[in-house]
Amino acid sequence: MDRLEPAWSKTLKYAILLLASFIVLFPIYSVLVGAFKTREEYYASGLALPESFLNFDNFARVYEVGRLGLGFRNILIILAVVITGNILLGTMVAYALGRFEFALRRPILNLYLFAQIVPLVTTQVATFSVVRELGLFNSIFAPMLLYTGADVLQIVIYLQFIKNIPKDLDESAMIEGASLFRIYRSIIFPLLAPATVTLVILKTISVYNDFYIPLLYMPGKDLKVVSTAIYAFVGPNAAQLNVISAGIVLIFLPTVALFLALQRYIFAGVVSGAVK
Amino acid sequence: MHSGAVRRPAIIGRVSDANIAAGVPIAQNTSGGRPGGTGGATGLNLSYKTQKTVLLVGFLLVPLLLLTTFSLYPAAFLFYLSLTDWEGIGWEMGFVGLDNYREIFTRPDIFGVFRNNAYYFVGGIIQIAIALYLAVILNNRLLKGRYVFRMLIFLPYVLHSVATVIMFRNFYHTEYGALNLLLEAVGLDALKRAWLGDPVLVDFSLAFISMWKYTGLNMVIFLGALQSIPNDLYEAATIDGANGWQKFRFITLPGIYGVVELMLILTLTGALEVFDIPYIMMLGANDTETFVLKTVQMAFQYRKAGLASAMAVVLLCIVILVIWLQRRLLYRGEKREWTV
Repeated sequence: MDRLEPAWSKTLKYAILLLASFIVLFPIYSVLVGAFKTREEYYASGLALPESFLNFDNFARVYEVGRLGLGFRNILIILAVVITGNILLGTMVAYALGRFEFALRRPILNLYLFAQIVPLVTTQVATFSVVRELGLFNSIFAPMLLYTGADVLQIVIYLQFIKNIPKDLDESAMIEGASLFRIYRSIIFPLLAPATVTLVILKTISVYNDFYIPLLYMPGKDLKVVSTAIYAFVGPNAAQLNVISAGIVLIFLPTVALFLALQRYIFAGVVSGAVK
Repeated sequence: MHSGAVRRPAIIGRVSDANIAAGVPIAQNTSGGRPGGTGGATGLNLSYKTQKTVLLVGFLLVPLLLLTTFSLYPAAFLFYLSLTDWEGIGWEMGFVGLDNYREIFTRPDIFGVFRNNAYYFVGGIIQIAIALYLAVILNNRLLKGRYVFRMLIFLPYVLHSVATVIMFRNFYHTEYGALNLLLEAVGLDALKRAWLGDPVLVDFSLAFISMWKYTGLNMVIFLGALQSIPNDLYEAATIDGANGWQKFRFITLPGIYGVVELMLILTLTGALEVFDIPYIMMLGANDTETFVLKTVQMAFQYRKAGLASAMAVVLLCIVILVIWLQRRLLYRGEKREWTV
């Protein structure tokens, strides 16, 4: 835009961007190099590069002792169920509320609106007793149901999106004799795909990151997810910073890989998710 | 903004009109006294009216059941629990009226922890300012490497949050932490600190983690908003001799005002609900407890679930108040069917 921008101003901008990048990358650099160092090396070498980038002992150690394999498995199962459930229930609710006029429509919308404002962290004291009464405490179903049923992000995203699908499509399908379910399955569901992509991205990030719900509802040793597994590992092993670093790097990897592969969708997803 | 489209009274009526207009013969099965379409493709022969009822029940029952069980009922139950001295185990409880609320507002060690939440809020405001500045710099097509910078600065947002906090625990380590090592390496030994041990610094150190993680997210959201401002405005302003600051003040800022406001609210509610960072970092030690952390401790550690419920209600009310105020401000006079 400013073709005549003075050189000092340009330099200043680059300097600021480089500084910001450095602040972002430096902590990551420190765990990355630390992850490949032996214990003695870690405490002696400071910020230097490790002697060898082929020393995977720390990774093996944290994967075994920290039970990260179990954590990854459990969170993948939870993610698969939660995302499938969210897509199905979210599109169904959006179709019902977005396409039909009926007496309870307004009240139901208001319920979702209210649920969206209620911060999940605050109601857990009461939710906890509900989960326990249902016999779901210390089971993998507790987070599955909570992420699927109590979080209403998917409804919000789908309802916004369904408004942009022209109603003429439904109407011409009806003329051809399609049933309402058929319209949902063959027209609405596929056309909601861009919203589904946004939803999958936002849900994956939030469920993978969540600490609070697994901490409260799944204290069992075999029910660790990634976040509770690394938390449990760090407690008693606080001294071994090199092994902990390896754990951090391992946990960072999946989302960084996804981010690099799906950058375009992720940027679009977070923007539409935030400004919804 | 306006979803406004006036809804048709009934889809069925429309379709039959359309049928007639299009010369399509009205289906023979007129069950329910109304001309209905046939569910030909699936072999179902139900009128659209019956289909609508079946579909609404079928599509809404399960989601509403889940919503009620895990969100609405707990929220209502919370209000009731807040009036009792429930211990969290069993169902024995005595009704104590507003005692719990009185306790919250009179005990400085409960209401006072909001002071710790304030650090995250102030950090969040600084973070919004930095994010906006970076977004304005990056929103320049002539800037080389803008995509690389955008990617790098956004990166922390996709990193696992618990692992990030633990990373910073290593990073802040007084003796072996990368931060003090860096200061030493560049000759700033005098600035070395016990980042988590010093009771004054610790709140800043913790709030910084949140800034580190979310600046990139805010920046990307700002970039999205900036890109929707038409370029002609800037060109016209340049011709009129406006300088960089004037363009920012009179074109950019009004164009993204809504997003800035939204971000402030998200920062405020986010700051009120901070839990992970102080819990993972130090279990709230060294006077770093936030309100949610204190609530969790009350409920599950000290077995004062009634008091904890009252604390949760207080927080809930504050959050709802903030959001309500924001909506009043943001959508002045505008009525939206589905406000988000």
